[in-house]
Amino acid sequence: MLYKYNFEELALLLERGEVRSVDIADSFLKRIQNYDKKINSFITVDEEKLYLQAEESDARRKKGGELSRYDGIPIAVKDNICTKGIKTTCASKILENFIPPYNAAVYEKLKGSGFILLGKTNMDEFAMGSTTEASFFGPSKNPYNTEKVPGGSSGGSAAAVSANLAPAAIGSDTGGSIRQPAAFCGVTGIKPTYGRVSRYGLVAFASSLDQIGTFGNCVDDAALLLSVISGYDKRDSTSIDVEVDFHPEKLRDDLNEIVIGVPDEYFKGVSEDIRNNIEGKLKELEVNGAKIEKISLKYIDYAVPVYYLIATAEASSNLARYDGIRYGYRSDAASTLDELYSKTRSEGFGKEVKRRIMLGTFSLSSGYYDAYYLKALKGRTLIIEDFKKAFSKVDVIITPTTTTTAYNLGEMINDPLQMYMSDILTISANLAGIPGISIPAGLDREGLPIGLQIMGSHFREKKIFGLAAIIEKICEPIHPEI
Amino acid sequence: MGIDRDTILKVSKLARLELKDEEIAEFSGQLSDILSYVEKINELDTDTVKPSDHIVDLKNVFRDDETGPSIKPEEIEKMAPQFEGGHIIVPKIIEGS
Repeated sequence: MLYKYNFEELALLLERGEVRSVDIADSFLKRIQNYDKKINSFITVDEEKLYLQAEESDARRKKGGELSRYDGIPIAVKDNICTKGIKTTCASKILENFIPPYNAAVYEKLKGSGFILLGKTNMDEFAMGSTTEASFFGPSKNPYNTEKVPGGSSGGSAAAVSANLAPAAIGSDTGGSIRQPAAFCGVTGIKPTYGRVSRYGLVAFASSLDQIGTFGNCVDDAALLLSVISGYDKRDSTSIDVEVDFHPEKLRDDLNEIVIGVPDEYFKGVSEDIRNNIEGKLKELEVNGAKIEKISLKYIDYAVPVYYLIATAEASSNLARYDGIRYGYRSDAASTLDELYSKTRSEGFGKEVKRRIMLGTFSLSSGYYDAYYLKALKGRTLIIEDFKKAFSKVDVIITPTTTTTAYNLGEMINDPLQMYMSDILTISANLAGIPGISIPAGLDREGLPIGLQIMGSHFREKKIFGLAAIIEKICEPIHPEI
Repeated sequence: MGIDRDTILKVSKLARLELKDEEIAEFSGQLSDILSYVEKINELDTDTVKPSDHIVDLKNVFRDDETGPSIKPEEIEKMAPQFEGGHIIVPKIIEGS
């Protein structure tokens, strides 16, 4: 039953010598062996390396040399985060056999605190998608209903935590890729402020939007894990040196001191069950002393267009590096260098990645740059200003995380535009670089999880976690039947 | 705007993608739909708005020009699709000779 415990409980058991890291690894490995054929949340689980790390941790602790209270707890890591000596595929054929020669900054930090690597999780190829169906290794399934998607792109991380196949997980969020799957799978997921966590070793999708964050089965676990991976790193030129002030024990907040902004625009087109649930939570917060203020974020209708122009433009540039020369897949059908590039890329990339590279290349191409890319950058300014104005009046903003609960597998596969539009409630936080969390708020009539999103101003993660911990207590706890 | 076959071919050449006929047809339709939708941004009055390409105030980050460890040749050999005698092998670059 060790797989049911949170960080604090596991740390206590380890401290008292009641369990070893090897026992915890065992417990999760058995779960994975039993259930992951169905959920497909992991791409790589290296059993031998897992036990090796667990034994090392147990040896450290025996000598009183544990690296932190959490030394020996296994974590699942999204497969776009480089792990030295362990395959990092980005769920793409082009990196199917790529073994990084270095560690991402976040993985170094995890190791530095003694966390051990449970496995690498499934995702949409290069983090491009909202369902995890764009994985070269097949889709992950939603633990609440395996005919539904887990969301994406960090769908494997969310599903693994939801199904208790991992105690917690690392993901990345470029337009909602942590918060949306967290909502669909009924777990907590946070995308921190841009610059809070080093992106060194995160395989780039859209560099001005990408941010690494965490999943947990409770707010405290997500907060603790985020505090471990946060911090300045000179190897990421956009990393910011700012205090990490949100350790779980510091998260007590007083509702009487919180002003919550609620933007009408974020409730338009939202399913009835989700709207009713979130409005119910807001009423309860108000009754308990929080001040609720109606605000307007009027550029929401432009967020999807602005986002998809900017994200694809950056992606088309970032993914130019996959050329079959230095690493990754190489086509064997090419006879000239030019053919080597184009055949490698055409054979190595999946359809959604190609579609986005095409869109990004188009909007950056001569004659279209001003009308599309540059115009989108100006739209981004308006969205940033919109949030600045809002946060001059309120501490946090509460919205639903998604407009619907998890969709059916296959539902969006041939309609990319429909899929893009489904990101409408999460992408603005990436455009503005602000932190956002999704916490499970209950179930809809089909028994699928509903996510409540809290957004805050830059580096106000503490405020967000504090409020999330309060809301968590007023929400009915939910678990999948697995 | 509509994206015709010629534009798709031009863009795919720029992106170094070799698309199959059915992909050309599919992308032409889908990208046309996506572009018509994103053209909504033309409703925005941005005459006096400055573009934001980043959230962070980007400053130059300087460091001393010192040597440090880098990836070892053996590691590169392991990653490279084709490697021989300390070199990554590629098809002939200078053609026609």
